[in-house]
Amino acid sequence: MTARTISFTLNGEAVSAEVANHHTILEVLRNEFALYGARESCGQGLCGCCTVIVNGTAVSGCLYLAAFADGAEVTTVEHLDADGRLDPVQEAFIEQGAFQCGFCTPGFILMTKQLLDRHPDPDDDQIKHYLSGNLCRCAAYPEIIKAVKSAAQKRAVAR
Amino acid sequence: MATTTIPGGTIGSQIGRSLPRLEARDKVSGRAEYTHNLRLPGMLHGKIFRSTIAHGRIKSIDTSAAKKMPGVFGVYTAEDVRKVIPNPYYGPAFHDQPILAMDKVRFVGEPVAVVLAADPHAAEAAVQEITAEYEELPAVYDEIEALDSKVYVHDELKPAGTFADLKHLTGRKQTNVALDFKLRRGDVEKGFEKAAHVFEHTFRTQKVLHLAFEPFVSIGDAKRDAVTIYTSSQGPSFVRTEIARLLGLPENRVRIRVPYLGGGYGSKLYIKLEALVTALSLLARRPVKISLTMEECFYQITKHPCTFRIKSGVDKEGRIIARKCEVFWNGGAYADVGPRVTQKSGFTASGPYDIENVHVDSYALYTNVTPAGALRGFGIPQLVWSYESHTDMVARALKMDPVEFRRKNILKKGAAQATGTPVNHAPLEAILERVASRLNWGKPFDKGTGPVKRGRGLAIAIKAVIAPTTSVAVLNVTADGSPILYCGTVDMGQGSDTAMAQIVGEVLNVPAESVRVVPRDTDVTPYDMGTLGSRSLFHMGHAVRIAAEECRAKIEALRKDLGEPEGSNTPVAELFKKKYGMQAGNIVGSGTYKPDYIPPQPGTGLTTNVAPFWMVAGAGAEVEVDTETGKVSVMRLINVVDCGKPVNPKIVETQISGATLMQLGFTMFEKMHIDGGQVTNASLADYKIPGIMDVPAVMENEAIDTVQPNGPFGAKGVGETATFCCGPAIANAIDDACGVRITELPLNAEAVYRAIRAQQKKPLEDE
Repeated sequence: MTARTISFTLNGEAVSAEVANHHTILEVLRNEFALYGARESCGQGLCGCCTVIVNGTAVSGCLYLAAFADGAEVTTVEHLDADGRLDPVQEAFIEQGAFQCGFCTPGFILMTKQLLDRHPDPDDDQIKHYLSGNLCRCAAYPEIIKAVKSAAQKRAVAR
Repeated sequence: MATTTIPGGTIGSQIGRSLPRLEARDKVSGRAEYTHNLRLPGMLHGKIFRSTIAHGRIKSIDTSAAKKMPGVFGVYTAEDVRKVIPNPYYGPAFHDQPILAMDKVRFVGEPVAVVLAADPHAAEAAVQEITAEYEELPAVYDEIEALDSKVYVHDELKPAGTFADLKHLTGRKQTNVALDFKLRRGDVEKGFEKAAHVFEHTFRTQKVLHLAFEPFVSIGDAKRDAVTIYTSSQGPSFVRTEIARLLGLPENRVRIRVPYLGGGYGSKLYIKLEALVTALSLLARRPVKISLTMEECFYQITKHPCTFRIKSGVDKEGRIIARKCEVFWNGGAYADVGPRVTQKSGFTASGPYDIENVHVDSYALYTNVTPAGALRGFGIPQLVWSYESHTDMVARALKMDPVEFRRKNILKKGAAQATGTPVNHAPLEAILERVASRLNWGKPFDKGTGPVKRGRGLAIAIKAVIAPTTSVAVLNVTADGSPILYCGTVDMGQGSDTAMAQIVGEVLNVPAESVRVVPRDTDVTPYDMGTLGSRSLFHMGHAVRIAAEECRAKIEALRKDLGEPEGSNTPVAELFKKKYGMQAGNIVGSGTYKPDYIPPQPGTGLTTNVAPFWMVAGAGAEVEVDTETGKVSVMRLINVVDCGKPVNPKIVETQISGATLMQLGFTMFEKMHIDGGQVTNASLADYKIPGIMDVPAVMENEAIDTVQPNGPFGAKGVGETATFCCGPAIANAIDDACGVRITELPLNAEAVYRAIRAQQKKPLEDE
């Protein structure tokens, strides 16, 4: 097992970790940094529960090898309220009741942020397109769509 | 003045509030506690070596190569388990399931051996080095074949003994029938003789998976005389009792801790990984964690497939006068809670209709596939699929309007349901009328002219909540007046913590947000039968209400003791200060709730009190069927349910909508494909579940305006109700659109297209 040291920016902080070639970023976040918001469910990059942001793009943490994160900027859901205030997307998910068990929620929230960064005023098709790679077994989809629209409005007001 | 006499009295500020879940902030910030997050010092990870055959005797297991793999702590088989648990069989109804396969394997995927290692990758690599030799035996997969097969999954039936109605099965041999439930009302054969028309159909449902996104996970931390298990379980009290029994320990030496669940839907009931991690921890003398992969979840527990033969006799006025139901439940290799599904769903197998002569035979069958348990409905969705498809087929054959036919036969208020229990608080007629009116039934409907045909359909259903069951709660009002609630109901997403806090808030007249709900821990949270069957809000809700009322009474007594004037509203914290001279003390109240119940008579299934409440649902669907491809698009999906008074209307709506969308997956496409006992689509890549693209264009969710008179503040559960009717409503709409009838789920494009071609007398060849 070849190990290597990777250095990257994690939620705004410079960090480094010893990783083996086969370690995913998800394992490193969990085992080295006690970050559990991104979680493994399907293990195939299909459900979106493991979503993390690497260099501004949402990736499936269960498939993304940690070694590739060397030098990258990695953001997890835990960073969104770093200043003590919830992100408008998080607020909207709470207000619209856009989850039940909450296991998939961090992934939906990160993907919604990605959507709104690129399409600040998304229509239904754009919302569904962006969120089709995130699954929710409690099926809070109607509430999630409402939350995305509400978050877009909150961000528009804030700007 | 109170205008109602429902338990709990006048509804004030907290019941009926749509406040967000108490743990909402933790869930959106990724900080909610799940068993997955937990690591203990010195903890080992276990990976399971599983059977590759469906049925066979174990000749040998070779673990020598695995033991030599780098990083491996140990490899264990049933031989080892026996050293710490001499009789290692568990199960809620039958003690039939071994912790690791003993002598025989009974389904593909059955755990045979476990590798422990500090690094889960090392354990996984070592599992690949284990080999097992089997003497392969013939296997039986289908529930109908299992009925008369000479292949017996078990040599002898081993009922758990905790249920009186299973005792007679002890020691029974040469059978795959784990339970046969009978209901006999009137004389069904005479009814058929008198009938002007008799209709008989057979329906089937497929094997599907709960697929909670948090896969099964348990951590065992066992010492010789005390065990702690951290687990994703819907029933911590049951786990404690069963682990204590296996180890021969008193219950107070076994502690079960359950944080939030990443979904359950019935899968995480009874024993799943808990006995295994306990045995391994005892053997390794270290904490042991097992987290399944999604693929492994397909070999843990599933929904019951079922075959339902239903026969109805109808008189010339269109009244159903006799109905015979034969239901065969495919329970898989171990009984789990299948016998209870078989019996409890049997009470309502003839549907929400007033029928003089009813005959129900419901069979739990062993087969050589993954065991089946409860899945959001306890068998009811399978039954409703059949009886409401059948009801529409009968109406159409009689050239009667399907709504009119239901109106004529529906159970009216006060009428006796098939068991003989009167339906006093089951607003079936109101729900049928709401669904019909939302569908604009009786008004013109554009059925389409081109290849795309449009249709609409509906269904109604009834369920008797599982009974009798017990819940206990304790409430502690601390010295500053802030309440702590100890209750064993597991919040797996349904919002129970929030609802229970609302009940406390209502009684003590404080905001629900100020109530702390202690995470499940059997050392402190009292007994609860389990978070299942939509029972918690009613049963635990009552227990919580009683505990809070006791606290309220004690606070009032304290007020009096301290000489407070009548009607004083001195804050509780001040009362404590006055009493103890400082911020000190507390007030504790407890509540136990078990409803009245009269067990059904053996042989007839008759009783005048089968359950403390009924769950009633109706659904309507509008569909478009592309007759050139078989593709069905659900354009509108309506669900109307009775959940009594909604404690939290927003959470209720999400429960209705989420339940029906889950059922939409089971209706339209979900299916475990099984070949020689092997699940060939055991991954999310091959087993499709509903995504955001599958949400119908229009969804309407309604909790009708009513109260459950014996419910806490008029409330009752709602978790399952909207799963009941989705399937048959859509199948009935497909028939309305293009005149084909599908009798087996799922209603995917292939099934619909095959039916269309068959109807055109141009059937497609079988695969």
